[in-house]
Amino acid sequence: MRGSKAFSYPYILWLLLFTVVPLFIVIYFAFTNDAGEFTFDNFSYMSLYAVVFWRSFRLAIISTVICLILGYPLAYIMSRLKKKHQTIAMILIMLPMWMNFLLRTYAWLTILENNGLLNNFLSWLHLPEIAIINTPAAVGLGMVYNYLPFMILPIYTSLTKTDQSLIEAAKDMGCSERQVFTKVIFPLSIPGVLSGIIMVFVPAVSTFVISKILGGGANMLVGDLIEMQFLGGAYNANMGAAISLVMMVIIMIFIWLTGKIDKNGDGEGSVLL
Amino acid sequence: MKYGKRVMAAVLAAVLLLTMCIGLSACGSSDPENTINVFNWGEYIDPELLDQFEEETGIRVNYTTVSTCEEMYAKIRSGGVSYDIVVPSDYMVSRMAEEGMLEEIEWDNVPNAQYIDEDFRNPEYDPQGKYSAPYQWGTVAIIYNKDMVDEEDLGGWDILWNEKYDGNILMFDNSRDAIGVALKYLGYSYNTTDEDQIREAAEMLKKQKPLVQAYVMDQIFDKMENGEAAIATYYVGDYYLMIDELGEDSEVDLGFYIPEEGSNLYVDALCIPKGAQNKEGAEAFIDFLLRPEVMAQNTEWICYSTAESAARELLPEEMRDNDDMYPTGDALDQFETYINLPQNIRTLYDGLWVQILSS
Amino acid sequence: MKKYIGRIYMVLIFLFMYAPIFLLMIFSFNSTKSRSVWGGFSLRWYKELFQDSEILHAIQVTLLVAVCAAVISTILGTAAALGIFAMKKRPRRLMLTLNNVPSMNPDIIMGVSLMLLFIFFAQTLHMDFFKLGFGTLLLAHITFDTPYVLLSVMPKLRQMDKRQYEAALDLGAGTVQTFFRIILPQISTGIVTGMIIAFTLSIDDVVVSYFTSGPTSETLGVLIFGMTKRRISPEINALCTLMFVFVLLLLIIINLRELRAERERERSEER
Repeated sequence: MRGSKAFSYPYILWLLLFTVVPLFIVIYFAFTNDAGEFTFDNFSYMSLYAVVFWRSFRLAIISTVICLILGYPLAYIMSRLKKKHQTIAMILIMLPMWMNFLLRTYAWLTILENNGLLNNFLSWLHLPEIAIINTPAAVGLGMVYNYLPFMILPIYTSLTKTDQSLIEAAKDMGCSERQVFTKVIFPLSIPGVLSGIIMVFVPAVSTFVISKILGGGANMLVGDLIEMQFLGGAYNANMGAAISLVMMVIIMIFIWLTGKIDKNGDGEGSVLL
Repeated sequence: MKYGKRVMAAVLAAVLLLTMCIGLSACGSSDPENTINVFNWGEYIDPELLDQFEEETGIRVNYTTVSTCEEMYAKIRSGGVSYDIVVPSDYMVSRMAEEGMLEEIEWDNVPNAQYIDEDFRNPEYDPQGKYSAPYQWGTVAIIYNKDMVDEEDLGGWDILWNEKYDGNILMFDNSRDAIGVALKYLGYSYNTTDEDQIREAAEMLKKQKPLVQAYVMDQIFDKMENGEAAIATYYVGDYYLMIDELGEDSEVDLGFYIPEEGSNLYVDALCIPKGAQNKEGAEAFIDFLLRPEVMAQNTEWICYSTAESAARELLPEEMRDNDDMYPTGDALDQFETYINLPQNIRTLYDGLWVQILSS
Repeated sequence: MKKYIGRIYMVLIFLFMYAPIFLLMIFSFNSTKSRSVWGGFSLRWYKELFQDSEILHAIQVTLLVAVCAAVISTILGTAAALGIFAMKKRPRRLMLTLNNVPSMNPDIIMGVSLMLLFIFFAQTLHMDFFKLGFGTLLLAHITFDTPYVLLSVMPKLRQMDKRQYEAALDLGAGTVQTFFRIILPQISTGIVTGMIIAFTLSIDDVVVSYFTSGPTSETLGVLIFGMTKRRISPEINALCTLMFVFVLLLLIIINLRELRAERERERSEER
């Protein structure tokens, strides 16, 4: 297939124009001020927002861990089902994912409000009501709910890819079921776990929609901070670009580190489906 | 062979679909000649009037909403979109005019401007009356839930710092109004340029933050109507809107008062931003809204106050003669309007505001 | 016993995932505005939904952009996959890494950076096409869709039987003929999967659209986000119900198609 390399040229051009160039524009904005002069001020000013970064990362890490704890067993149970049931379970997991993200988040608003469904239910049971809306807990819950499928699917994929003969061999050699899991199944599913972690952590750390709707504006995350400087209440595109750049670098380092753990990774990323 | 044909058919279908899409999208964006893009606050126009305007003039209105003045500014300032009508508040009109973001209105195209009251012509924020036509005006108040708040706590701005209402307070989600509340509470002017006073106000807001349930704008409607919170700072007209929405036999009983330290009186004005695609259409829209009958209908819907006596005459009695909506004489003295702040103070406001929210 | 624990666990997780959606759906039939108190059955909100021109327009924009972006990115991505597949190892790895940038980058950064690019084109270079609107929205959606198409076509190319097209070329078939007769049938499942992923990503997106759409091209997500900042109408619940039914049907159709394909494969293997 000589010459067919040319098929990729339109896309290469596209990537350059709509992915690479924009990133350079962000870098340009980050290092200039409103008048277009070169400056480092945007970065030195950012120490004021350390608390926002800390809050975002803490919430994102907690949500990722919860997703992993909830998602791994489910992926494992799913991979042990009959083929037909697996398909149904897959559909059930993907269905909420394909509905609009905002609708899902809004659903939690109606549940968690002070006079929402949860509190109505609690008072019907004569239990004390809880004030959870507009707290970090509500934001974290929103993250777990929205991103849980992103954790389940890659783990499930890597579990189903596991060679059954390896498991049988281990059993034949006298491994207990627990040993089979810790020595064979789990190590082989690590690539799935890692890509699940990335796929939950990255959107969680950068979200602004969830914190706006469930956090009431008082639990500001890095995403809110960026949004605020571009389209929100404190217009400063240069500052916003600088914050974006810092966040992007941190995330790149994070992805690179997770890639290091997965020595067998082929560097080609893992696909959702 | 059969397969090849089927694939060819699929490709053809795809191409067809594509052209169709592009064709459709071309139609979707219809010609700017006959459309105006209106960028207004939420709950700020009687939707029937939009239909009426379209019918009368044949100009299609593309209506989008924004929740704060600062957001509107950011959207226009970032420059990606062009609107034909925006509705900034007084101080923002000056700021936008100062930064060259507004188009001068051709008053010959707006005959109904004659109905604007003398007091609202050539206002402080637009001294030569070049850029703006007053849309609605009103005052800032504290709205509270009568069942959740004790009578004795009412009176001043201090209720917003009262620990009794921990988690039941809703605050403004924009820098000017929020910092303004703290400035008034401390007894300073809204328009102070003393950086220490402003910083002190910001400190007050940081102190208040643990008590605040949420920083919101128009979400206030849902929250107060559903009894989600006890106290909120918002605009007097919106109190009447809430009462209206709740109806008479509602369980939620709301009240409002103007804090004794004084409060804000604002004017929201119709303006045409630079780069408007259809300036004539925009002027026709302004003219339409200034027509007394239209203004009256709109004011009745919005529950704010109109700047046209001719329109006020047409309002139902309980609105026309409402002293809270149309304060006069001494009652007017407790209000202070916002004036555009100098650049360095605005930067300070923005910086402090982000700090308050992020703390 | 163990099996039961697993089953119960699964049910609990699915309950967690579906309860909020079902609650929304139930309240779409509520006759009052309340989000938490049941006032009786009515179809009022559906009626209002279908009279709400703002929402209907947003649905139209959302579907249009999703279909267009899916089709274009499928063509772009499939061509790119073929091209990259023909590359030597090093440039191929480089390309695949580059391809991962849009999907690994957080949405907000993609949205912001594209917005800055479009504004640069529109303001500095006076290219009116790049004024934020349907055009820019479509460009942005294609940008985040294409990497996924590429990623779902690549593995199919790798699994492909190389000898077949070599034989075809040896026998004198042209490149075009070889592509349509030999390659396309073997990678078609990857292409279709890619297109479906692209479509659903577009439907689901809020953040990128938020930064790159203009006043005439608000998608459903952007519109609802704006609505949550105002009074929320239960029309949204009705919309949620309709979306649920739509997605459910879509998934059933897709899976039936796959099941049938599998059955046919089994049958042909038996022969």
